[in-house]
Amino acid sequence: MKTLKIDELSKNFGTTEVLRKINLEIDEGNFLVLLGPSGCGKSTLLNIIAGLETINEGNVYIDDYNVSKVEPKDRNIAMVFQSYALYPSMNVRENMIFGLKQAKVSKEKIEEQLQKVSKFLQVDALLERKPSQLSGGQRQRVAIGRALVREPRIFLFDEPLSNLDAKLRVEMRREIKKLHQQLKTTVVYVTHDQTEAMSLGTNIAIMNHGVIQQNDTPENIYNKPSNTFVADFIGSPSMNLIKGNLKQSSNQISFVANGSNFEIPINGYDFIEKSNLENKEVFFGIRPEHIFSKKSNEGDFEINLRADLSEYIGHEQIMTFDYENQEVLAKFPSTIKIELLKNTKLYFDLTQISLFDAKTEERI
Amino acid sequence: MQDNIHTSYKQLEQRSKYTNMFLRWFLYLVLILFALYFIFPLYVMIVTSLKTMEEIRQGTLLTWPSGLNFDSWAVAWGGRGYGAGDTFLKPYFWNSIKMVVPAVFFSTFIGAMTGYVLTKWRFKGDQWVFLFLLFGCFIPFQAILLPMARTLGVLGISNSVIGLVLVHTVYGIPFTTLFFRNYYISVPTELVKAARIDGAGFFKIFFKILLPISAPIIVVTVIWQFTQIWNDFLFGSTFSFGEAAPIQVALNNMVLSSTSVKEYNVDMASAIIAGVPTLIVYVLAGKYFIRGLTSGAVKG
Repeated sequence: MKTLKIDELSKNFGTTEVLRKINLEIDEGNFLVLLGPSGCGKSTLLNIIAGLETINEGNVYIDDYNVSKVEPKDRNIAMVFQSYALYPSMNVRENMIFGLKQAKVSKEKIEEQLQKVSKFLQVDALLERKPSQLSGGQRQRVAIGRALVREPRIFLFDEPLSNLDAKLRVEMRREIKKLHQQLKTTVVYVTHDQTEAMSLGTNIAIMNHGVIQQNDTPENIYNKPSNTFVADFIGSPSMNLIKGNLKQSSNQISFVANGSNFEIPINGYDFIEKSNLENKEVFFGIRPEHIFSKKSNEGDFEINLRADLSEYIGHEQIMTFDYENQEVLAKFPSTIKIELLKNTKLYFDLTQISLFDAKTEERI
Repeated sequence: MQDNIHTSYKQLEQRSKYTNMFLRWFLYLVLILFALYFIFPLYVMIVTSLKTMEEIRQGTLLTWPSGLNFDSWAVAWGGRGYGAGDTFLKPYFWNSIKMVVPAVFFSTFIGAMTGYVLTKWRFKGDQWVFLFLLFGCFIPFQAILLPMARTLGVLGISNSVIGLVLVHTVYGIPFTTLFFRNYYISVPTELVKAARIDGAGFFKIFFKILLPISAPIIVVTVIWQFTQIWNDFLFGSTFSFGEAAPIQVALNNMVLSSTSVKEYNVDMASAIIAGVPTLIVYVLAGKYFIRGLTSGAVKG
């Protein structure tokens, strides 16, 4: 049984296609993050799961039950919004029990739930306050509390941390993680922040233009991006994508960057499909953090590149190098001194690379 | 050198102080003049209403009355007590109240409802509905007199207070909708989504979530509608006559149709009586009026 299953789901607003043939599954207790740039359809997908938007094609199942035409209140879900959406005229208590009152739950049960949740979230001292008298973090807590008292099957979070300042955001992120660890409720969480996605999710679905680009564990998303969009979207600075060709001879496969005269051996690379590689146009992907200034592994590939630019950001520095007129970024500890406009010895960790077909932009 | 700079700064400081003082007093002067200009007619009205006809004939407009003589007020409100031809305001004042209270209530309520639907329950073509409603704000009332008269005739409520209530409600809706729509558009739609997930329906969301935070815009709408409907003369004089007329029509009849000597004191008292209710509404709700008008801009 899947807690949530989305089957061939499509959605249009007029002639604009917002979601195209989305398929998703979540097991009980998992934390799925929908990640993507603004306008990729992630919030629409969440609203559809909640029942706040209609569907053009496809179905949504909760616990194997088709809820596509079921009212939001009957879907056994609860949602936390970016603007908190606390009812301004009601105090914290009324806000939290509003849903239970609508569902005609008995007074004793409501009171019991309220006490339990408000203690758990440490808002029990705020029950008589109006939302306008609360700080951002407190409002967020109350919004989560309002969702918790319903004891839903699935929690839906719509960018819940975007309105908080940077420091509070990190704190609340940890609290949401703790909350999930303790309650083990299934969560669907929408964000555009990759750090949030990486640190919270047990699964991340990266979306772009209404299509899921990759749905995988955070580790796989980071290490084995399935296409150049994912490779570029995840990581800061994002993965270097160096244009070039593959060379194949007997049992030797190597990469030659455009305009370059030397080969990078990539025998260790785990190809998905190992045929037709000769002369294939590819992107050679390597993350800035996998380029080193000292040889650390036996397999590291030594290369000489000219340093063009240095960005100092405290604990580390980001250097831009020139690789036959293609920019290559590398991340070093800020203690290392590298002279600008001089050739520098660098080491590529070849166990961490990704290769993409230059035409389809898919991983090979 | 240092000293020179200091002294010249001191001089500049002095100079700007004098300039500021002069400008400030000039500003006060202008404001006082304007205030006098605006208060002058009211002064004349009140003073005249307290005089006897004898005093009016002998003194000037500005002369202080000899004493507090409320006779003309009594005449304006309750008449002289003889039969035919005696027009006084009391019955028409109550006509107006009977007209204005339901008309303000219904037009405000319907406007709140439409504004709620147009912002929170968007549907296909809702912009067109809003556009046509807005169009209603710009139709000159003279243009709809004939069709409206016919409609009231068909409905059998011409020359009645109920007919006027209907007319004012219908012609208030474009304005009230505009007010409420612009207010509700600044209320996050996520509130409605949250309430839907919590299991609240269309009406519950309106009454429990949106209406309790609508006080500022309700005040604006009520003041606006009250003033419009209370002060209306055109609809009142067209769609009603005789006993069903609202106060503004009666006031006109009183002032214009007197055959004998013009009783300025009674006329003035009548005009003040006809104007007092709107004044009361402003005084009671005025401070919310400004707050409500600007509440869309400064969101809490």
